[in-house]
Amino acid sequence: MVRELTCISCPLGCPLKVELDESGAVLSVTGNTCKRGEDYGKKEVTAPTRTVTSTIKVEGASVPVTSVRTKTDIPKEKIFACMEEIRKATVKAPVHIGDVVIKNVAGTGVDVAATKAAV
Amino acid sequence: MKHDIVIIGGGPAGLAAAIAARESGVEDVLILEREKELGGILNQCIHNGFGLHTFKEELTGPEYAARYMEKAQEMGIPYLLSTTVVDLQRQGDSVVVTSVSKQDGLLQIEAKAAVLAMGCRERPRGALNIPGTRPAGIFSAGTAQRLVNMEGYLPGRRVVILGSGDIGLIMARRMTLEGAKVLCVAELMPYSGGLKRNIVQCLDDYGIPLKLSHTVVDIEGKERVTGVTIAQVDEKLKPIPGTEEHFDCDTLLLSVGLIPENELSKAVGVELSPVTSGPVVNEQLETNIPGVFACGNVLHVHDLVDYVSEEAEQAGRSAARFVQEGREAGQKELPLKTAGAVRYTVPSSLSPQRMGEQAVVRFRVGRNMRKATVRVLVDGKEVLKRARPVMAPGEMEQVMLKKEWFTGSEQEITVEASDGQEG
Repeated sequence: MVRELTCISCPLGCPLKVELDESGAVLSVTGNTCKRGEDYGKKEVTAPTRTVTSTIKVEGASVPVTSVRTKTDIPKEKIFACMEEIRKATVKAPVHIGDVVIKNVAGTGVDVAATKAAV
Repeated sequence: MKHDIVIIGGGPAGLAAAIAARESGVEDVLILEREKELGGILNQCIHNGFGLHTFKEELTGPEYAARYMEKAQEMGIPYLLSTTVVDLQRQGDSVVVTSVSKQDGLLQIEAKAAVLAMGCRERPRGALNIPGTRPAGIFSAGTAQRLVNMEGYLPGRRVVILGSGDIGLIMARRMTLEGAKVLCVAELMPYSGGLKRNIVQCLDDYGIPLKLSHTVVDIEGKERVTGVTIAQVDEKLKPIPGTEEHFDCDTLLLSVGLIPENELSKAVGVELSPVTSGPVVNEQLETNIPGVFACGNVLHVHDLVDYVSEEAEQAGRSAARFVQEGREAGQKELPLKTAGAVRYTVPSSLSPQRMGEQAVVRFRVGRNMRKATVRVLVDGKEVLKRARPVMAPGEMEQVMLKKEWFTGSEQEITVEASDGQEG
């Protein structure tokens, strides 16, 4: 199988072709112009990760919601599970930047923290 | 009321300018902000990717703003919130800033110097000539961003986005994460003005099609949008009959460009560039009106906030110097001219005597280029040459000019970008 990707390691945006075998192991990365492209291609097809940013409901503040993020990247396939937990949650004011609002979101081992204060 | 430096706008530009002015030794600095809080547009930009250059980590917009807000608060820089500046005039040696607010009513502030840091505004539907009805459900991408991220309100369920600017791309992902279905992003040009990273992580990740060389040719719906029709365009950007495609949707987001917000600049007589729609400035970031400086998106639209902060620090330092020393008379300014694919430069003139050891010149090119060369010429003689593997209209570029290149007899500076093709 061949996956086609656009490298985002730099503005060049090389079109990558990543060849995989039946087990999903990477056979080759082509189309890249540097090592970073190869690394990106391999990671993107084997274990892609993303930081999720969203908003969470706040009770008792002057604003209805405040912004949050996963503290680090989480596996890409967990994005919607993570969003579901954030959507269901409500936090009580005061909230400060860096406060953990959800622990171990969607079983990823990563916490969700506030990125904006709400008082 | 009298102050040394008044800063109009408390977003990233205004905050960085205020901090730099203080650090340069001017105590009496005041920030005027029309919103209820400092931080400007960063407050609604909850995605990450800010601050890589400045802080070597990926912050979200509110986190980036908080770093500067904390610094300004530590330094005790005063600011007025919910305060809208309505007029700016030059009177004698001062700049008179007129503002209104609920708490203070009408205020007239006499300042020795003013820093314009009002940011920019989104191009609205009215500027686009899209045919069709005028129902509810048409938002600029930034308005939708504010509704979702600050007011906790999802403005639609089935969405078409016109324009592939970064805010449109970011909102395609944001609306998708919040449960809306984004049907497609239509872009008039054959390339996207957005960052590659955003196309990959906001569209490709969620299987949202990007239709290049497409535009909206009809909007349907009486009370609320019920559908839009998009069509492919030819090289002259004219819709091609027979290529129409209809989408049932309740929302159309527009992400079709940003325009520096210069009503106040015009009021005080600041000369504006027809290319950037922002003030024409020299290397001090001073406009043609003595004591009036400009920085950030009101000067020219940036793609990275890190460069806004950097530029604003320069404006803050210049304003402080103006307050301390006044404008040095008799400085010869050389014009900065553009060549090849360079559309504009900021600044557009430079005084070799007045400049520091080096001066940063920011510019944009007008088209996508590969294997490009950037050159700086002084009176036609090459003083700097740099290879750029890739250049794009969406990515701001910069070159550093060095004082040592000038002896005093020079006439002009040219910044050129070329890849062998015409302009």
